[in-house]
Amino acid sequence: MSARDNILERLRQRADGPLTAPQSDFSVVTGRGWSQADRLERFERLITSVHGEVVHVAQANWTAELVELLHAKGIRRLALGREHPVAAEARAALDGKDVALLDADRDIETWQHEQFHETDAGLTSTRGAIAETGSLWLWPTPDEPRLLSLVPPIHIAVLDANSIEDTFFDVIETHGWAGGMPTNALLISGPSKTADIEQTLAYGVHGPRELVVLVRHAKEHS
Amino acid sequence: MSASGVQTYTPREFHRQAHDALGNPQIRANFRRAMDGLMAKRRDVFSDWDLETLRELGANIRLRALAKLPDLLEQLEANCQANGIQVHWAENGDEACRVIREICERHEAKAVIKGKSMVSEEMHLNAHLEEAGIEALESDLGEYLVQLNEQTPSHIIMPAIHLNTDEISDIMHEKTGTERTRDVDYMTAAARAQLRERFMAADVGISGVNFAVAETGTLCLVENEGNGRMTTAVPPVHIAVTGIEKVVEHLRDVPPLYALLTRSATGQHVTTYFNMISSPRKEGEHDGPSEVHLVLVDSGRSNIYQDDELLDTLRCIRCGACMNHCPVYTRVGGHTYGTTYPGPIGSILMPHMMGLEETRDLPSASSLCGACGEVCPVKIPIPDLLVRLRREAVGEGRGNVPGAGVKRTKKEVAAWKTYQWLATHPAAWRSGTAIAGKLQALVPSKLGPWTEHRTAPRPAKVSLHALVKQHKAKRHQAGKSDDDGEKRS
Repeated sequence: MSARDNILERLRQRADGPLTAPQSDFSVVTGRGWSQADRLERFERLITSVHGEVVHVAQANWTAELVELLHAKGIRRLALGREHPVAAEARAALDGKDVALLDADRDIETWQHEQFHETDAGLTSTRGAIAETGSLWLWPTPDEPRLLSLVPPIHIAVLDANSIEDTFFDVIETHGWAGGMPTNALLISGPSKTADIEQTLAYGVHGPRELVVLVRHAKEHS
Repeated sequence: MSASGVQTYTPREFHRQAHDALGNPQIRANFRRAMDGLMAKRRDVFSDWDLETLRELGANIRLRALAKLPDLLEQLEANCQANGIQVHWAENGDEACRVIREICERHEAKAVIKGKSMVSEEMHLNAHLEEAGIEALESDLGEYLVQLNEQTPSHIIMPAIHLNTDEISDIMHEKTGTERTRDVDYMTAAARAQLRERFMAADVGISGVNFAVAETGTLCLVENEGNGRMTTAVPPVHIAVTGIEKVVEHLRDVPPLYALLTRSATGQHVTTYFNMISSPRKEGEHDGPSEVHLVLVDSGRSNIYQDDELLDTLRCIRCGACMNHCPVYTRVGGHTYGTTYPGPIGSILMPHMMGLEETRDLPSASSLCGACGEVCPVKIPIPDLLVRLRREAVGEGRGNVPGAGVKRTKKEVAAWKTYQWLATHPAAWRSGTAIAGKLQALVPSKLGPWTEHRTAPRPAKVSLHALVKQHKAKRHQAGKSDDDGEKRS
């Protein structure tokens, strides 16, 4: 018999007999009933508490704010997608500016060194966010691959204010994650960090040193 | 011992190692400071939660997964395979090492980069790969430092918790040539630079798994550093290795367990990354490994599974809260236990993996204060399990733990039998205690470890029974004379 068969056999022939599975009540992880303002406030408070930066921008001129941000942070080489509206609009706004645009939709084997050593920042869209924990959620695509939000030292994420939901449980249920998971699904809650040296918090250990969230508001944010 | 001094630890030497650790002010201070901080952070982060209800749900999700374990493992396997993940099974650590080595050899791998995995520590994977000429490098900062220092982790969440900043600075200086400094940002940046090159050069990435979701065939990894994402996305092959108990039934089971895990472990609302992997790189995708393997390891878990009481051991989600709150762990540190998993969880888990012969002292390495059981996010009755293993060790249990009865001695059995007989025969008990009181001087003053730091108990000249009898007799006498007086008046 194979290891598989042996293990399953032992589990099935349990000495103390079959077990009964209890029912689960998930109400403690859902039903927060927060307003949109509550969600935004909580998201911002939590993600900034772990060194995430939040910049509020109007939907209408978000790319102008992006250009300003790149300038302020001295970002000269920006990796980004092409098809997602976030990437397409950013490309249009940055056309002719002195920021080199690096195509993220290339096989990593062809530009690994460039991505690791010669990329100042990665720009990605997000699917939404979680107010309870201050987390962004991303499903990387061929247009915006997995490493785009990880390898460059700065990650700029674009989030629509109205896409923040209450809890992780709510996101999974509302968007039917169990019906079909992507290759990689991610929650990102701040820049990379460690406390492995005597409990002292340090940012940017393996992933980005900085995470900037551009929160886009349909109306002017007050 | 210098920071880079190599010392090996074994559970057989628990008492000697505990003695050494207790006499080491550096170790005492490092653990005390770290554990105090972790306890305070956990308390704060749960303050706005209905913690009992959340723990109840966490326990209940794990129990449901265990109740359906064989079916869920088959479902996990089928869904992973449908997603393109290759699934392997291993009866024990050696078999798992062989499976992993063979995958590496098939890809002619020379360098492996690792994310933090306690199961890989459990099976001594790094040593096995190195024997086969494959270099295995740890990428979690704590694990990296411990590996540089040729040690093993002293905590399951914070592997280098036993080292302070100066010691780490020395290790990095000696092994990697960095400047000696107390600047944590400098050291972190140096490790980042050193490891980035290694990620790019690695042929295979090896990680653990925090939750494996049967419903969708998804592997979930919890981390703050990003090394887990690097390990699972940069090299062309990813091998995930995990114990068979890590499976959960539904995707919706994950958020409550994740909420409990990060808050219990480090007092964080959430970790920086929650990485959910459901398939290798698909057609048209531009990064991620082209092969993903899942290795499911038993290593004694299916034996624990047989027993209704011991089963609770398998609920564990490896948060480390039991060690953070353990007065024994805090004082003796993680290495003293000499096992992959130290502290209370290690003391109830390792006897099944190594046998009670090797680990006989671990179930007794507890004051049974109950803190571990109180903070456990999935409500494992750890103190009860420690007592159960103590019973197994002296041959008074069900005998289904390897090495059961190893601590049984004729002398102890006879002593307890005699005591039992005396305690249930009042006449014999009374004459026995009366004799003991008269022969005080003959009672030995050396009673093994008990009298190392205490004086031996001395039987009283007059036993409590006899005192009560005398007292009653006196009162009776006095009462009689009072009654007489009343009558007279």
